[in-house]
Amino acid sequence: MSDAAVIADTPHAVSEVRSAGKFLLWAGVALMVVWVLGPIYLLLTNALSSPTEVAEFPKHWAPSFDLGSLKFFITFGGVVKALTNSIIVAALTMILSIGIGAPAGYALSRFDFWGKSAFRLLVLMTRAFPLPLLALPIAVMFIHIGLDDSQIGLALVHTTLALPFAVLITFSIFSGVPVELEEAAWTLGCNRWQGFRKAVLPLVLPGITASAIFAFTISWNEVFAAAVLTVRNRTLTAFLLQSLDFSPLYLRFAGGAALIVPALVFIFAVRKYMFAMWGIANR
Amino acid sequence: MNQKTLPYLLLLPATLFLLVFFVYPFIQVAVQAFVGPSGFTLDHFQTMARNFRFWPSVRNTILLAVVVVPLQLVMALAMASTVSNLKTARSAILYIFTIPLGLSDLAAGIIWLAIFEQSGFLNSMLTSLGVINKPILFLSYQNSWVIFLAVVLAELWRATAIVMVILVSGMGLIPKEYYEAAEVFGAGPWKRFVKVTLPMLRPSLQTALILRTIAAFEVFAVAQALGGTTLPVLVGQIYDWQFNQRETGVAAAMAIVVLIISIGCTLFFLRVLRTPKGATI
Repeated sequence: MSDAAVIADTPHAVSEVRSAGKFLLWAGVALMVVWVLGPIYLLLTNALSSPTEVAEFPKHWAPSFDLGSLKFFITFGGVVKALTNSIIVAALTMILSIGIGAPAGYALSRFDFWGKSAFRLLVLMTRAFPLPLLALPIAVMFIHIGLDDSQIGLALVHTTLALPFAVLITFSIFSGVPVELEEAAWTLGCNRWQGFRKAVLPLVLPGITASAIFAFTISWNEVFAAAVLTVRNRTLTAFLLQSLDFSPLYLRFAGGAALIVPALVFIFAVRKYMFAMWGIANR
Repeated sequence: MNQKTLPYLLLLPATLFLLVFFVYPFIQVAVQAFVGPSGFTLDHFQTMARNFRFWPSVRNTILLAVVVVPLQLVMALAMASTVSNLKTARSAILYIFTIPLGLSDLAAGIIWLAIFEQSGFLNSMLTSLGVINKPILFLSYQNSWVIFLAVVLAELWRATAIVMVILVSGMGLIPKEYYEAAEVFGAGPWKRFVKVTLPMLRPSLQTALILRTIAAFEVFAVAQALGGTTLPVLVGQIYDWQFNQRETGVAAAMAIVVLIISIGCTLFFLRVLRTPKGATI
């Protein structure tokens, strides 16, 4: 046997193998993080460059922090209105889906009753269908009842998207509060509502807020229903989609950034809950 | 208010809402698709199928789903396994991985447009590396396969995390003892992954595949931002019939097509990946 073979056969120290594995693991993690964050960085670089720099070739890989593109975007006809509409529709969606969803989540977590599994099935079924397509018949329905091209009409459709999430998330939040706390409040003379308000609500408020922001983000990001249901009251997504064909690139990039940055802020604000919510929402 | 009626009162708003805005529209979409001015008709479906963009849009949508979903599954398995091996910074890494889920699909399309457009970052990189002399017009009808590739990348970037989230939750449910037992019998990391993780993940894989496949057939804004009408997809055509051509009947007929494909896929995955009776954790 040659010397080389002997050397190759010597076992490596365990710590050596471990650190090599660790290096590979972190290299993989770094690669994945770049894959996720890199494209966002590139778009923001474009949005923070002047219109001429956006068209320049080759591209600069760092932003010049020129606000030309963003200024052009915000003064472009209809953008401010679209932004306002997006915010109003998302706020309405948030109120509706929590207002309707949270009581259902509470009922599911606290009571055993006939029809409970049927209701859960109804909620889960919504996940197995392409919901945005429901905007088509709803558009006709809205024309009959005079809700066409209205913010509340679009918010109602977005609530269909957000409500199943709201029910499932609030269900899991309420389930995390022991029922004994409420019972203790009742023995101390609270009625059901007071017990809920004083013992449960303070504990669940952060989670409910997080799921409300989640609902807001769902509406803020939605494209198809918004583009089908609004004409004069377009949201930002509908506006951007419909101007894709003729708007200059720097307008699209600034618009994309305007869509992304608030969403990034929202999901950062609820980052503690984000993963749990995605998990719950897809059970 | 007594204990018996309270839960029903609490559920009433949500139930009514879902009946009006989920169940009823489903019936209505079928009515719209099959009913013309003089009763039952298949005219809408005929108009739909005669349109020159219909069959390309069916082909593109199905091809996209066939390419994107399996790749997402592999990537998500890699990401989920990596994350479950982490001891430090686990939640921060998970948070970063899920960021694209919080962004609009239209925004995702625009992000990848910044990379693929003519004066974009991909051309800049290729030029500075000396691979090409002048920028290539990637997103044009002569290069429709590049548009397809760009949509695939954007979809992978945007929606792989949803599969990962479901798989990470599923991996958390697998008892540690199974891995320890496998290790005792001499199974290496790869063997443990194939013999323990994958079979135990079956229910999560099923959920993830159903959700992702349905969503894949809904691809719209990403294709619109990157390809416009050069790469027609089903939902893009639905939007065109509804909004530009004002043919609600034809739009509804196409919606029925998407619905049937979605339900078919759901049933397929429910059957193929069903958990054997009594084999739950």
